[in-house]
Amino acid sequence: MSGPESLVHARGLTKRYANGFTAVDGVDFDVFPGKAFGFLGPNGAGKTSTMRMIACSSPISDGTMTVIGMDPRTQARQIKARLGVVPQIDNLDTELTVRENLEMYARYFDIPGDVARRRADELLEFVQLDERATDQVEPLSGGMKRRLTIARALINEPELVILDEPTTGLDPQARHLLWERLYQLKRRGATLIITTHYMDEAEQLCDHLVVMDKARIVAEGSPRQLIDEHATREVLELRFTDNVRAALNGQLDGLADRIEELPDRLLLYTADGERTLEQVNARGIVIESALVRRATLEDVFLRLTGRTLVE
Amino acid sequence: MTVAVASARVFRRNWLVYRRLWHRSIAFGFLQPLMFLTAMGIGIGSLIGAQQQDAFGGFPYLHWIGPGLMAAMAMQTATFESTYPIMNKIMWGRNYEAMLSTPLSVRSLVGGELGWVAFRIGTLAAVFLLVLLVLGIPRSPAAVLAVPVAMLTGVAFSACLIAFTATQKNDVGFSAIFRFVVNPLFLFSGTFFPLTQLPEGLRALAWATPLFHGVELMRGLILGSLNLAAAPIHLAYLLVMAAIGAYFADRLLQRRMAG
Repeated sequence: MSGPESLVHARGLTKRYANGFTAVDGVDFDVFPGKAFGFLGPNGAGKTSTMRMIACSSPISDGTMTVIGMDPRTQARQIKARLGVVPQIDNLDTELTVRENLEMYARYFDIPGDVARRRADELLEFVQLDERATDQVEPLSGGMKRRLTIARALINEPELVILDEPTTGLDPQARHLLWERLYQLKRRGATLIITTHYMDEAEQLCDHLVVMDKARIVAEGSPRQLIDEHATREVLELRFTDNVRAALNGQLDGLADRIEELPDRLLLYTADGERTLEQVNARGIVIESALVRRATLEDVFLRLTGRTLVE
Repeated sequence: MTVAVASARVFRRNWLVYRRLWHRSIAFGFLQPLMFLTAMGIGIGSLIGAQQQDAFGGFPYLHWIGPGLMAAMAMQTATFESTYPIMNKIMWGRNYEAMLSTPLSVRSLVGGELGWVAFRIGTLAAVFLLVLLVLGIPRSPAAVLAVPVAMLTGVAFSACLIAFTATQKNDVGFSAIFRFVVNPLFLFSGTFFPLTQLPEGLRALAWATPLFHGVELMRGLILGSLNLAAAPIHLAYLLVMAAIGAYFADRLLQRRMAG
C-alpha cells in the first residue's frame, strides 16, 4: 500500500536494459521521511540502477514507484525540483569555479540570483569549502570535490537527497569528515538514500538497510536487526597454517552455530567467542592466530550470499 | 520555467566560461580572416588578372573570396563547437548528467547550445565583416545582414552535428566528419572558385549541400549582387536544415541521456 508517509514507494521495480540485461529485478521498498535509507551490496548488485530510477534519470522498465508522492514517468521535472542528487562519479563543472558551480546550478532550478548567492555562502561554509570559493574545481582533492558535489545537491533545499557511493575512493580522514556532514544533514531533518558497499558506512549512516545481490533485495531491516537475524552475537576468526587447515577434517564440528570458510581464515559464528576459543584449544587444534569480534553487516552479507562485499 | 528561460540558463553557463577568454577568442577572430584573406585573396588573387575577373562576377578575387571565407568560418566554428565540447558534456565531463538532474530538459540543453553557437558565430562574423570593411570589400549596407545569415548557417550545421555527436560513443567519428564532410564542403561550395568551373554533375551535387547556400547569400549581400530569385531558396534550405537538425538533436540526445 502506498502509505502517505512514505517518500519513496516501490513495488516490483524493475530495470531491464536494451541489451536484455536485468539490473533490478522486481524490488519492493519504502523510504520514510527523516530517515537514512541504505542500499548495501557489492558492485553490480543493481544499486546504481535503482538510484537512477528514483532520480528520474533512467526510465522504469516495470513495476510501480512514487517519489515524493509523484510518478517518475509523468512528473519527472517536478520530482527533480525537490531532489538532491550526488552521483557515483563526480560531474562538477570543471570549467567553473567552486562558487560558480553552486550559483549556476541554482539557476538551473530557477532559484533567483540573490537567493542563490546566499545559499552558496551557507553551503560552502557547511561543507567547509568557503576558503576555496573562487578556486577552480580541478585542483581540489577527491574529498573536497565530493563535498562540493554534496553542497551542490543541497542548493534547492531538497526533501530527499540521493547519494550513490558517497565515499568510494576517499581516504579515511575524508570519509569521516563526509560522514559527519551527512549526519548533520540528517539531524536537520533531511531524508537520505545512500548506496554503499562499505558495511562501516552503512552502520554509521543508515537507519534502515536493504541488502541487494544480483538485482534482488535479499534482506531488509535496521543494521542491528539484520545482524541479530542473520548472524550470531560474536564471531571467532581463526587462522591456521596450510598443513593444519588441510588436516582439520571436521575437528571443529559442533563448536559453533555456523562455520564460514574464507580463503585466508575460518569464521565461527557463536554467542560467546572466548568460550568457543577455549573449546578449540581444548581439542588440541594448533591455531596460528585467533580474533574474537562482534558480528557485523559483512557477516550478514556473507551469510546471505556466500560472498564478501568488497571483492 | 519555460524552455526559452531554461535555454537562457544553459547559454549563461557557456557565457560564464567564455567571459574569461573572450579577448583571446576575438583576437583569433581577427587573425584568422586576416591570414586567409592575405594568402588567398592577395597572394593568389594578385595572380588573377583583370581580364579573368569576369569569372568572378567582375569582382577582384580578394573581394569575391572574402564573403565565401566568412561563410566557411561559420561552418567551421559550428563544427568545432558542436563536436568535442558537446561530447565532453555528454561523456567525459558529464555536465549534461548534472544538468538533467535539475528541472532542465534536453530540449533546453539543445536550445541553449544552439543559441550559444549563434552568439559565438555572430561575434566572429561581426569581426570578419569589420576586416572586410577595412579592406573596402562590402558594396552595400545590406552587408550587415551577412552576420545573421552566418549565424543561421552555423546553427544549421551545429544542430545536425549535435545530433550526430549524441550518437557517438567516442571521438573517432569526428575525424571522419572533418575529413569527409567539412573539408569537401569547404573546398567545393563556391568558396574559392565559381561552381561553373565544375562539371555538370558535381555542380548539381554542390547545389544540394548546405554551405553553398550560405556562401551565395553572404556573397550576394556583401557584394550587392544578390540574386533575388534564388535567395529565398538558399534561405529556406538553411532554415529547414536547422529545424530538422534541431529535431534530431533533441530526440537523439534524449535517447542518449536516458540510460
